[in-house]
Amino acid sequence: MSVQVWTFFFIFLTFGLYIGIAIWSRAGSTSDFYVAGSGVPPLANGMATAADWMSAASFISMAGLISFLGRDGTFYLMGWTGGYVLLALLLAPYLRKFGKFTVPDFIGDRYYSKLARLIAVFCAITISFVYVCGQMQGAGIVFSRFLEVDITTGVVIGMAIVFFYAVMGGMKGITYTQVAQYCVLIFAFMVPAIFISILMTGIAIPQIGFGAELTESFGGGYLLDRLDGMSEELGFATYTEGQRSTQDVFFITAALMFGTAGLPHVIIRFFTVPNVRDARRSAGYALIFIAILYTTAPAVAAFAKTNLINTVNNVEYSEVPEWFTKWEATNLIRFDDKNGDGRIQYVGDSETNELDVNRDIMVLANPEIAGLPNWVVALVAAGALAAALSTAAGLLLVISTAVAHDLMKRSFLPSITERQELLYARIAIFVAVLIAGYVGINPPAYVAQVVAYAFGLAAASFFPAIVLGIFQKRMNKHGAIAGMLSGFLFTAGYIVYFKTLNPSLDNAEGWWLGISPEGIGTLGTIVNLAVSYAVSRFTPEPPVEVQEIVQNIRLPGEALTK
Amino acid sequence: MSDSAQTYWKSNIKIVSVLLSIWFFISFGCGILFVDFLDQFRFGGFKLGFWIAQQGSIFVFVVLIYAYIYLMDKLDNEYNLQSTQQGNSTHKTEKENN
Repeated sequence: MSVQVWTFFFIFLTFGLYIGIAIWSRAGSTSDFYVAGSGVPPLANGMATAADWMSAASFISMAGLISFLGRDGTFYLMGWTGGYVLLALLLAPYLRKFGKFTVPDFIGDRYYSKLARLIAVFCAITISFVYVCGQMQGAGIVFSRFLEVDITTGVVIGMAIVFFYAVMGGMKGITYTQVAQYCVLIFAFMVPAIFISILMTGIAIPQIGFGAELTESFGGGYLLDRLDGMSEELGFATYTEGQRSTQDVFFITAALMFGTAGLPHVIIRFFTVPNVRDARRSAGYALIFIAILYTTAPAVAAFAKTNLINTVNNVEYSEVPEWFTKWEATNLIRFDDKNGDGRIQYVGDSETNELDVNRDIMVLANPEIAGLPNWVVALVAAGALAAALSTAAGLLLVISTAVAHDLMKRSFLPSITERQELLYARIAIFVAVLIAGYVGINPPAYVAQVVAYAFGLAAASFFPAIVLGIFQKRMNKHGAIAGMLSGFLFTAGYIVYFKTLNPSLDNAEGWWLGISPEGIGTLGTIVNLAVSYAVSRFTPEPPVEVQEIVQNIRLPGEALTK
Repeated sequence: MSDSAQTYWKSNIKIVSVLLSIWFFISFGCGILFVDFLDQFRFGGFKLGFWIAQQGSIFVFVVLIYAYIYLMDKLDNEYNLQSTQQGNSTHKTEKENN
């Protein structure tokens, strides 16, 4: 069977599975819709959290990014996993004990203020919306490349599927589809990785193959030594050495960690388990499931880079393998025969380099580059779609709960019945799907860039407000509101300044303290903490009831109010 | 706030502080600040610093969360705060402790 037939086969199979789960897990109450009735077992929640978390970016782009960044790619690896330690130790158990539906719920109740709740709603919607547009775009790209339908059709199919199970099942439907999507995406990521590891090093575990010797047909020697050697020879940076400044890597890693712990679609997953003990356990499961992909990705990055250089450098253009021509058609690989010798020169010097390789290729085309069987090549499309759709669904749910629960029920229309609230939640998801789909089809240039900054914004707004709300009984509404606003505005301001107003200054010399806009969220977090602390010292302490809430969430046991 | 609730919270803070110190030392310390120094040591095809940055730190993160689960379960049992119980029995446990 051809790659395309296999791709259709896997996509129909997995989509059928998602629809089946949606029909089986319909939501009957707002509690079902928002937090799956708080009845999700920790193992299932761990898988759902992993799928929720690992987006199109983790699946398609991350290994490719690392293969071009070398050791500096570490900030993605540590940043996007280390945040789970913060989440598990500082947030998840206490927020579960608090026992409400959303992050603005916590901020609004803990800081006894409608304004704080509204700021939290604004941050949650902004962060999630920016993020969801990237997922829709990712789904559209996969459809168009693998199924050769146009991007619009691809996005519409993706929207229809997400719409179906998110609107019907709410969190309950999303949770169990995410469990299935985790299985699909991890299988689709691991199978090619294992094949390539066996092919290149004779070892089936990619994490070990990463540090092993290459087989004879690949020239022998340790993989990483050979990659370093080839990189130097061709004028690229040495793979296992860093290029960015230490403080920049430090700040980016911290921003991604704090951001991970502050992203509302990840936090709400911990509201779905039955109790505090299960919240801790599901954080453990989630990180194990995430670590499987995240420890494989750097190995894939090194395998793919070595393989790419071996396969294309100094090869006659007329003799390139079939995949090369196929991906050239999508413009992800571009060859420009500058010296006219008919051979491909892939070198570090941009004057003489003739090959431009898009980083997404490293995962999408990796199985083809390694000459793996057609069914393995086709798996990647189903895996990438699972990653994009699962994350999109989690984000859409945050937007819908923020609108129906936090804006309507808790702020402006407190008299609506549960039935009406559920209806509003479904309408909100419907509208959010339509807007996200529209943006996915007509992406404004900045969306892809802004996705990376969602982390900085989450780090500088939610993370400190929630941690202080739990660990500082004295923290009051004045401090938290001032902190969230200053952290968010500082971070957004720095990013807008370098990305929109003054792009010419966007380099290591122009940055303040040598911190890139990707890493500025860390400083935003510190600004938030400092402002919150200072303001709270000069303003009245929170009322007794609120201090009791804090006291209560610090001890495991039945939820406070339900 | 009762004494036992206070000592429970103190022990909780201690556990979290110790685990987060290890978290910081491995990720920001070994993975970023001292990575060049650690790169002089090798095992197999890996330089040590590079390996910690791209693989080792992630394994340590998993171990840290499991250490936290274990230590907190033990602490909860010592204070008889069984969060796995549902409904009235848990309320009773809480009242006794408060």
